[in-house]
Amino acid sequence: MQVGDVVAERTVHLTREALVRYAGASGDFNPIHYRDDVAARVGLPGVLAHGMLTMGLAVETIVPWLGDAGRIVEYGVRFTRPVVVDAEDGAEVTVVAKVGAVDDDTARIDLTVAHGDTTVLGKAQVRVRR
Amino acid sequence: MPVNPDLVGRAFPPTAPYLVGREKVREFARAVFATDPQHTDPAAAQVLGYPDVVAPPTFAMVIQDLTLQQLLAEPDSGIALERTIHAEQRFRYTRPIVAGDELTAQLSISGVRAVGKGAMVTSEAEIVDAAGSHVVTATSVLLIGGEE
Repeated sequence: MQVGDVVAERTVHLTREALVRYAGASGDFNPIHYRDDVAARVGLPGVLAHGMLTMGLAVETIVPWLGDAGRIVEYGVRFTRPVVVDAEDGAEVTVVAKVGAVDDDTARIDLTVAHGDTTVLGKAQVRVRR
Repeated sequence: MPVNPDLVGRAFPPTAPYLVGREKVREFARAVFATDPQHTDPAAAQVLGYPDVVAPPTFAMVIQDLTLQQLLAEPDSGIALERTIHAEQRFRYTRPIVAGDELTAQLSISGVRAVGKGAMVTSEAEIVDAAGSHVVTATSVLLIGGEE
């Protein structure tokens, strides 16, 4: 494992159906994640993906590479920019996972999570057991 | 009502036990585009040494949410959901959550810091299994906007 290695990457196509599915699975039924009228009323640019959905799909990008999700000892993100999910076109979220640092016992994997040209999660870092 | 700084250090009761079901883990895995078989196939999880399917890492939020409901229910918290933005999230794991776990969470507020007219609230949920052993600590930073 070398600093700078890309260990996993993928693109996920989010749709309104995906947001409703996440709402049901997580219990987060905030209507800004499925109702255009509510999103507009509170001044948002559109219906947004749940930040926790973006965080959740981002880390899953590396699980097949890790082989065992139990190797993850810490995972943190900042929610810096929203992902607007269009009713017809949805939204593409791209995830690139790169080795950021390596020590004797653990490695830090840095996730770059973007919607178009915009990075949507800040300091998205996963510490994993080597 | 501004966010109450006395929330720091307040004792909250543990949440009612949450029994992690296999189908709930599968449902959550599908929702976060988790394709690895350890999340859906008990045999794949057993090969890794787990008794049943392994929940995706952010599944801990489902348990932590029970503590955030406790916080919102405090009559003097000064925290209104419609003015709340989720700014940061972190999980520190001793082990992954597995179907069959019976989990409880204990809420604590580690910080309330004034930001403009609002406040930044750091809430921690320590999640333990039925034996009382630590599973994961979930930390949320919430930005509470000030009233107009």
